[in-house]
Amino acid sequence: MKFPISTRRVPLIATGLVLVALFATASVLYDGFFSLRVVVNLFSDNAFLGITAVGMTFVILSGGIDLSVGAVVAFTSIFVATLVGSHQVHPALAILLALCIGPAFGCAMGLVIHFYRLPPFLVTLAGMFLARGMGFVVNMESAGIRHPFYDRVLDFGIPVARGVPIPATALAYLLLFLAAAVLAHCTRFGRSIYAIGGNETSALLMGLPVGKTKILAYSFNGFCSALAGVVATFYMGSGNPAMGFGLELDAIASVVIGGTLLTGGSGYVAGTLIGTLIFGTIQAALVFDGRLNSWWLRIAIGALLLAFILLQRFLSSRSTDRRTALAERSRPT
Amino acid sequence: MTRKGLRFRLDGGRTIWPVLGLIALLVLNLIFSERFFHLEILDGRLYGTLVDVLNQGSKVMLLAVGMTLVIATGGVDLSVGSVMAISGAVGAVLVARREIPFPALVAGALSAAVLMGLANGVLVALAGVQPIVATLIFMVLGRGVAMLITGGQIITFEDRAFVFLANGHFLGLPLTAAIVALVFAGTALLTRRTAVGLFIEATGDNETASRLCGVNTRMVKVLVYGFSGFCAGVAGLIAASNIKAADSSRVGEMMELDAIFAVVVGGTALTGGRFTLVGSIVGALLIQVLTTTMYNLGVPPAIAPVPKAALIIVVCLLQSEQFRRHFVRRRQTARPTVPETG
Repeated sequence: MKFPISTRRVPLIATGLVLVALFATASVLYDGFFSLRVVVNLFSDNAFLGITAVGMTFVILSGGIDLSVGAVVAFTSIFVATLVGSHQVHPALAILLALCIGPAFGCAMGLVIHFYRLPPFLVTLAGMFLARGMGFVVNMESAGIRHPFYDRVLDFGIPVARGVPIPATALAYLLLFLAAAVLAHCTRFGRSIYAIGGNETSALLMGLPVGKTKILAYSFNGFCSALAGVVATFYMGSGNPAMGFGLELDAIASVVIGGTLLTGGSGYVAGTLIGTLIFGTIQAALVFDGRLNSWWLRIAIGALLLAFILLQRFLSSRSTDRRTALAERSRPT
Repeated sequence: MTRKGLRFRLDGGRTIWPVLGLIALLVLNLIFSERFFHLEILDGRLYGTLVDVLNQGSKVMLLAVGMTLVIATGGVDLSVGSVMAISGAVGAVLVARREIPFPALVAGALSAAVLMGLANGVLVALAGVQPIVATLIFMVLGRGVAMLITGGQIITFEDRAFVFLANGHFLGLPLTAAIVALVFAGTALLTRRTAVGLFIEATGDNETASRLCGVNTRMVKVLVYGFSGFCAGVAGLIAASNIKAADSSRVGEMMELDAIFAVVVGGTALTGGRFTLVGSIVGALLIQVLTTTMYNLGVPPAIAPVPKAALIIVVCLLQSEQFRRHFVRRRQTARPTVPETG
């Protein structure tokens, strides 16, 4: 499956160049930045942001949006931590349960969005409030996890070079990314997503299963959020019902910086990976510097978002009329 | 009740639902907590839970007024929380320089807020960026700018005029209620007694048609976002005054969602077009009463989002044509329903 139109790839290439430039600048400025350890940490530190962003890519490609991911991540983390901590459930079983609840939750939102033709923005906003509240219902405070299973997973790592192993969290992220890339670009489901995001009416007239595909996209995103929550419990060694505030917006920002059009139908899962890495690189550079304050991350991300959106506008206004007309639909649906 | 009357109530009359919801909540409070309607006058000032609702709800009400107009043009403004932070930060930094008079301080903070709003509008109307993206950018960027202004610190102040803004009283009621009333009345006059409201609704309903009819839709959009920025600026000053400090990392967080929620509950559809300012105010009050009710019933504040979620779902379903059709068809099987848009 190939996309012959080169303008589609320009945002992806631009994002990649920004990442390389950022990483190179940081490497020149800070001693020890250019190392395998920093690269591996980029993946493990941003694993849960990255995983939610991958799921978000599918929803956005289908022309929707999901605001509930941060809350679902928080719910999953406290759900697993409480089951393991207070109810002596084996972590593997708790994780399995959590990985079933996530997609079920996403599926429910997808059903409501599709069958009652409601704006995804509002339905997932309700989903966000619901998941956030339910997290606190499960447990009002953060709960630590102590279990031999967790120690074993945390000790696990694939060594790539002298003393630098890839930890399990980064591994989960990479595996999910590969699976998602295959899902988006090599399956019927992936092609349907692009078609629906490009033009839902046309997709319907072509006989594509629009409803099923959209609901599946939200379910897959729910799965990703749940997985991100599980990864977060490994990363933090605890579950916290208050974590992940604003995570959904960081995820959306990663997707947009990665070159995916928020109107749907155009973008790459790989772009989202690069978008997340840009996030991580700026954050790592701020940590290395130590003098710059955390708000520069916000400002830098905002400026990057602005630059990429304007680039996309420029590119789409040069493309055919149809694409311009699509991008001009300025409805927050 | 005739069939026609029933249909009218279900399809039109959008403001009736939030008002009914508000009344239902108030009745619930009347039954379960006697303190809720208790009012007393101390030193010529009114105190009580209802007054607290007005005072606490003032920020969301202000945001909702601006948000209503933005949503009516088919847009949405996610940046209001960050704009609140910027306005509060500018106010607190200016108040630290003692020589600046209070009106100049307010003007400075509000112009910063309006500037942010206009920037949103320019991005949406002139660059053609989707509203949700454009305002997301300024939401992220604005929070950073607000922290830059205060240097990441929480700036406290004791300026009497500034503190009076959120803690003072006017005619026995909190001054914030008077501010909300003023902004609401001004907006209502501007949109309902002049053609401005018509232009906004036309832009939201069908932008191309309005442009062809000679409405300057771009200007309408830019100004509407600017106005939303203004409302957020006032709310930001109140928020800062309330705690006598500018906390730029936390103030207004998630408030954009409350404001959007208030507008949608109030009966303005996210797709744009017809709007109702009264509905939005009622929606904002509904949220505040719901929050206060849950405090009174002893529900932990952390669990408060769950009933909120239920409320959004119910309101959404009531607005969904598909859902209503289910309902209406069950009641009157013989009669086909006419599809209605918006």
